[in-house]
Amino acid sequence: MAAEVGQFALILAFVLAVVQAGATLWGAQRGEPVLMALGRAAAVLQGGFVILAFACLAASYVACDFSVALVAQHSNSQQPLAYRFAATWGSHEGSMLLWVLILAIYGAGVSLFGGTLRETLQARVLGVQGLIGVAFLGFLIFTSNPFLRLSLAPLEGTELNPLLQDPGLVSHPPLLYLGYVGFSVAFAFAVAALLEGRVDAAWARWVRPWVLAAWVPLTAGITLGSLWAYYELGWGGWWFWDPVENASLMPWLLGTALLHSALVLERRGALVSWTILLAILTFSLSLVGTFLVRSGILTSVHAFAVDPRRGIYILGIIAVTTGAALGLYAWRAPSLRTGALFAPLSREGGITLNNLFLVALAATVFLGTFSPVFIELVGSDKISVGPPYYARTFAPLAIPLLALVVFGPMLNWKRDAAAAVLRRVRIPAGVAAAAVLVGLVTVGWKGVVSAAALGLAAWLVAGALAIPARRWWAGRANLRRSIRTTPPAVLGLSLAHAGLGLLLLGVTGVTAWHSDKVLTMRPGDSTVFAGRTITLESVGLADGPNYQARQARFDITGRGGPYTLVAERRAYATSQTTEAAIHVTPLGNLYISGGDEADGGVVVRLWDHPLVVWIWIGGFVMAFGGLVSLCDRRLRLGVAARAPRPALVPAPAE
Amino acid sequence: MRRALALLPVALFVLVLAGFMVGLRRDPAILPSMLIGKPLPAFALAPLRPGEPGFASAELTGEPVLLNVFASWCGPCKEEHPVLLRLKAEGVKIAGLDWKEDAADGARWLAANGDPYVRAGNDASGRTGIDLGVSGVPETFVLDRRGRVRYRQVGAITPEVWSRTIAPLMAKLEAES
Amino acid sequence: MRRLALIAAAALALAGPALAVTPDEQLRDPAQEARARALSQELRCLVCQNQSIDDSAAPLAHDLRVILRERIAAGDSDRQAVDYLVARYGDFVLLKPPFQPDTWALWLGPLAVLLLGGAGVAVYMRGRAARPESPLSVADEAEAARLLAADKGD
Repeated sequence: MAAEVGQFALILAFVLAVVQAGATLWGAQRGEPVLMALGRAAAVLQGGFVILAFACLAASYVACDFSVALVAQHSNSQQPLAYRFAATWGSHEGSMLLWVLILAIYGAGVSLFGGTLRETLQARVLGVQGLIGVAFLGFLIFTSNPFLRLSLAPLEGTELNPLLQDPGLVSHPPLLYLGYVGFSVAFAFAVAALLEGRVDAAWARWVRPWVLAAWVPLTAGITLGSLWAYYELGWGGWWFWDPVENASLMPWLLGTALLHSALVLERRGALVSWTILLAILTFSLSLVGTFLVRSGILTSVHAFAVDPRRGIYILGIIAVTTGAALGLYAWRAPSLRTGALFAPLSREGGITLNNLFLVALAATVFLGTFSPVFIELVGSDKISVGPPYYARTFAPLAIPLLALVVFGPMLNWKRDAAAAVLRRVRIPAGVAAAAVLVGLVTVGWKGVVSAAALGLAAWLVAGALAIPARRWWAGRANLRRSIRTTPPAVLGLSLAHAGLGLLLLGVTGVTAWHSDKVLTMRPGDSTVFAGRTITLESVGLADGPNYQARQARFDITGRGGPYTLVAERRAYATSQTTEAAIHVTPLGNLYISGGDEADGGVVVRLWDHPLVVWIWIGGFVMAFGGLVSLCDRRLRLGVAARAPRPALVPAPAE
Repeated sequence: MRRALALLPVALFVLVLAGFMVGLRRDPAILPSMLIGKPLPAFALAPLRPGEPGFASAELTGEPVLLNVFASWCGPCKEEHPVLLRLKAEGVKIAGLDWKEDAADGARWLAANGDPYVRAGNDASGRTGIDLGVSGVPETFVLDRRGRVRYRQVGAITPEVWSRTIAPLMAKLEAES
Repeated sequence: MRRLALIAAAALALAGPALAVTPDEQLRDPAQEARARALSQELRCLVCQNQSIDDSAAPLAHDLRVILRERIAAGDSDRQAVDYLVARYGDFVLLKPPFQPDTWALWLGPLAVLLLGGAGVAVYMRGRAARPESPLSVADEAEAARLLAADKGD
């Protein structure tokens, strides 16, 4: 029953999306308040029905209704409840429904909370959102229906891939989609502005919180994905430059550029066409990411079961959405007003440079990801692009950017003087130099590069903390008041940039100073590794809710010890996973993986990952910084409230 | 100038889109063979069928022939097998390379499922396969009279693959001197 | 048509650990083993989804690791050992694409985007500075002047 209700709700939502798009765009064009109000109502209703559809699918999963094809393919009754629920988005169709759910919720949000926007602008934004909704709801209904029934329901379903039976599945995809799909609002705003022919500070004021609202979960989602891969896959890797990972990084890079560009637009009215273009491209890259995962154009660890037919449909959506938006941009952007002038050495100049680097970085990831496809088209050569490419292209571009990040918030708007700027960064520079020295002392002269990276990380953190510190120092006469009245946006910026420094700290540690060891051990054997003595105490069996595990128990003494770690090899109904044993400390992780049996013993793999936790702490601090910024009331109050719209009073019948 | 710059994004987009559209038709996992146009690397395979010697690469000259890499542990090979048997009945010469398993297992599988091969050999270590650039089974090489590789089929030979690609090629190779 | 057997093996490989080299594969000489590890990280596992042969537990990855070590132990240079595999599998086995005409755009692209973008920004900024800001049209300027003069009269 639930599946039928869900199916019907989905169809209704599709119809409502058509109404929403048509009413708003036509209403805005004609200036008809009734039509625009109808569109707003349709947006909210559409959101409601998509929520209902999603709830129906989730209910089918939780209740183990195996007559629904998806449930039978991705869930069984032995699975714990959390994973039965999360399996709702563990398939292509289900994750598309999640996608559409978030799109509809954002649309409803613009409708409900957009009362202070210019009515035609709000209408056009909803119109564009509605069109996107039509496209994807159509995609769902016509090619990827989640509610298909099996004529013969099996007694038991196929369990969800054991790799996915993890808290990561419950949080990672929803966060990512909140990010990807969230950028659709900025996209809609950009297209609406081009349709209106007007971009002003009020528009930027309005766009910024929505961009942040997408950026925060995307940052958190990517960080979580990295963390999940680290402990789940038993490899100790945290980033693989896999095409689907790249598909999340590209919108993130451009979204960060968009965030900063919108700030300049709001404060100084400059970088108008840049901001519009970034808004269009960020969401376009989200769409390209969606295309990547589902079309089979590239192989990836993350790809859903591929179906080129779906790929063509999504490519069609991209062609129309991005093509129309960029075409509109080509037509309208030159006539948008140019903003205020600024000197090269200014905050605007710094942000422009920042965006330049971010765009170059995004282009690098794009080239690396898609070159194999394009190169194969022009010749018969088939190449592949992996981490060694990115190490030689992405890293060299990222390093100057990271160095410049500290200067950005310290620069004055419009015009600044070099000497004054250099004076402001004295303390962070000193901290950075000290860190380099510490690095050199710890690792020796051979580690000059890693010591320099350490310095860069310290530079970032100190430079970020210097921003509020300078404010508080200036207001030190009344320190408490100074702290209390610090705008959240300043704290947010400081946290976000500091988080970047922590991220770099973790990356440096684990990249420059990691070590590993492989050996066969029998119970009782000991080995010395990375300052610790590791003894295989025993090998045994244990049972889980839906798996059987072979456990290897290790006693560790020495650095940070003594403690015990248990590594597992789990056998699920359909496959196996490796659960590594990880000992986490701020200075580094010991990562143990127990492998196959050989020669009466177990193949044991040991890794030392110095400072690796700071990668994810940094990522989450960045996301948290964005969240703090979002709490700034200045962002939300935004434009002064307009006069309330006149109520639509029906004309009495003659 | 501004107008020209504003056109740049949409122009680049159209190019990228075209690239995606064409790229979608390709299978990203299929590798082109490095041997096309070149002679087979020299090899000598161990015996597979009881009582029969294996074969060497030099013996695959004189007429167009297929070299089929298979294994008993390979699912798609089983689906391909009836097609190969039919081809044998039609007079197509197929040599078999049993990849990465014991000769006994391969021989047993052939005995149970039918034997379409005029020559058959075993490559237990898989090294000959690697020399041929094999990354999985089944794969089939089309060789001309002079023992040069003219085409490699990745995956099973289906009737459609045969009629559309390999049969016309074989006809052409037959016509060559 | 997919090779289901290999896909299954690859799926298991996903469940296996990186640093997939086993103790019996490792070379005796630590310097040679270090070379082998470094090279393995730059070679693609052909039947996996985006793993190096150093990371993958797939049987083919195992074979390639062993072959690589044999070549190194036999005295090949790094380049020769890798070329041995490239001769058999093509450039696709390299995770670092070679620098050749069809990959110039790939390798030089990032820097090119940065430099071209930078040049564009520089030209744009210079062009803007040359044109003074005139937010008011001539008619508006005259109107403003009239209003100001009228104001002064009060």
